Amino acid sequence: MHCETLAKRIIACLDVNAGRVVKGIQFEQLRDAGDPAELALAHSQAGADEIVLLDITATAESRNTLLETVRRTARQLFIPFAVGGGIRSVDDAAAVLDCGADKVAMNSAAIADPALITRVAERYGSQAVVVAIDARHKTPTAWEVYVWGGRKPTGRDAREWSIAAEQLGAGEIMLTSMDRDGTQSGFDCPLTRTIATSVRIPVIASGGAGEPHHFLEVFQDGAADAALAASVFHYGLKSVAAIKQELRDAGIPVRLTC
Amino acid sequence: MIAIVDYGAGNLPSVVKALQYLGKECIVTNNPDIVGQADKWIIPGVGNFKATAPLANGRLGAVLRGAIAPDGRPLLGICLGLQWMFEGSTEAPEFHGLGAFNGLCTRFSERVKSPHVGWDSIKIDGRSRLLAGISSGAYVYFTHSYRAPVCCGTIATCTYEEPFTAVVERANLFGVQFHPEKSGDVGMQILENFCAL
Repeated sequence: MHCETLAKRIIACLDVNAGRVVKGIQFEQLRDAGDPAELALAHSQAGADEIVLLDITATAESRNTLLETVRRTARQLFIPFAVGGGIRSVDDAAAVLDCGADKVAMNSAAIADPALITRVAERYGSQAVVVAIDARHKTPTAWEVYVWGGRKPTGRDAREWSIAAEQLGAGEIMLTSMDRDGTQSGFDCPLTRTIATSVRIPVIASGGAGEPHHFLEVFQDGAADAALAASVFHYGLKSVAAIKQELRDAGIPVRLTC
Repeated sequence: MIAIVDYGAGNLPSVVKALQYLGKECIVTNNPDIVGQADKWIIPGVGNFKATAPLANGRLGAVLRGAIAPDGRPLLGICLGLQWMFEGSTEAPEFHGLGAFNGLCTRFSERVKSPHVGWDSIKIDGRSRLLAGISSGAYVYFTHSYRAPVCCGTIATCTYEEPFTAVVERANLFGVQFHPEKSGDVGMQILENFCAL
């Protein structure tokens, strides 16, 4: 009965600082990787199913997302496009969506003001609302939510917060393992499975992608609906097509282009 | 000129952007006179079925009901726009749809994750002007919690829990449950097909 054709999504993430794509190793040591609009188009043409643009310094430096970057990136993109970083109000979300984004990802502001999730969902629909959760292991089976670009622990349990976010109106959860982020040692499957089996909305796994088999693992063992990576694509280490081919060979439904 | 009917329910910028990329002239409006003068209509939309109320009321409603006439203008409903072309939805039973296609839209059950979000494949069954050049099995981008039943106008289905209408087509009436403006090359081909009618 359950559908087997819904594709597992491969999402390319552009971490943006001052209008340029960068990728940190565990949120630090930023390196420059190019122009967001050019990279988004390249990822789309290479077969990425979705693009996420995260203004990684927006929260920490109290800046708003660079709307011009969003507009420029969205102009030539005809696949789903999500934007996060520094979205603290319905007006912030509206500005990003008006610039051509399809979804907004909210992290620190959603923790500080959970009703913000509901307000954005009521105005734009839950499909436009992604709640981003940065989690770090506390025990082998529990993870704590961090905010402010991974710098501030909240004391909140990631599973409990995911369930609350769904009830508040989130349409998807973007779950980043801070333990794995930037390490290219594989996604955190126990974390991902814990969240993906606790909510009834899609969960995007993030943090740790390095090899094609990491994607297979997070779909099979982590029960993820989508997997997100950044540096693994930017530096041409593994093409999206190669990853999807390996997934298809293993029986995972994926969208193959061309 | 294509009129994109603005009834306050979402995703208009991305539809406009896609048409501009294809080099098609379009105008976003809720003015019944401008809608009435356009060659083609697109009804986009995401969100709750009750948001479709402006499409049924007043002069705008009267103009849009003209789409059902034998000489009606080409109309493309996208997502909520497709659902509105049916009789109604259990999401907001007090509101009526256009009724061009039979049946009520209903929610996915608790047995599957909902909303149905992501790229899924469509099974094309029958000849279609809208889907010219598109192969059965093509992947398109969906995001919805309610779905339209399979009816006599259904020309493509998607199966999530059970088959539902992915595309309807009859004479000048067209509807897609997925988002062509977000479905890459496949979606752009569908929009181009509609523009070329």
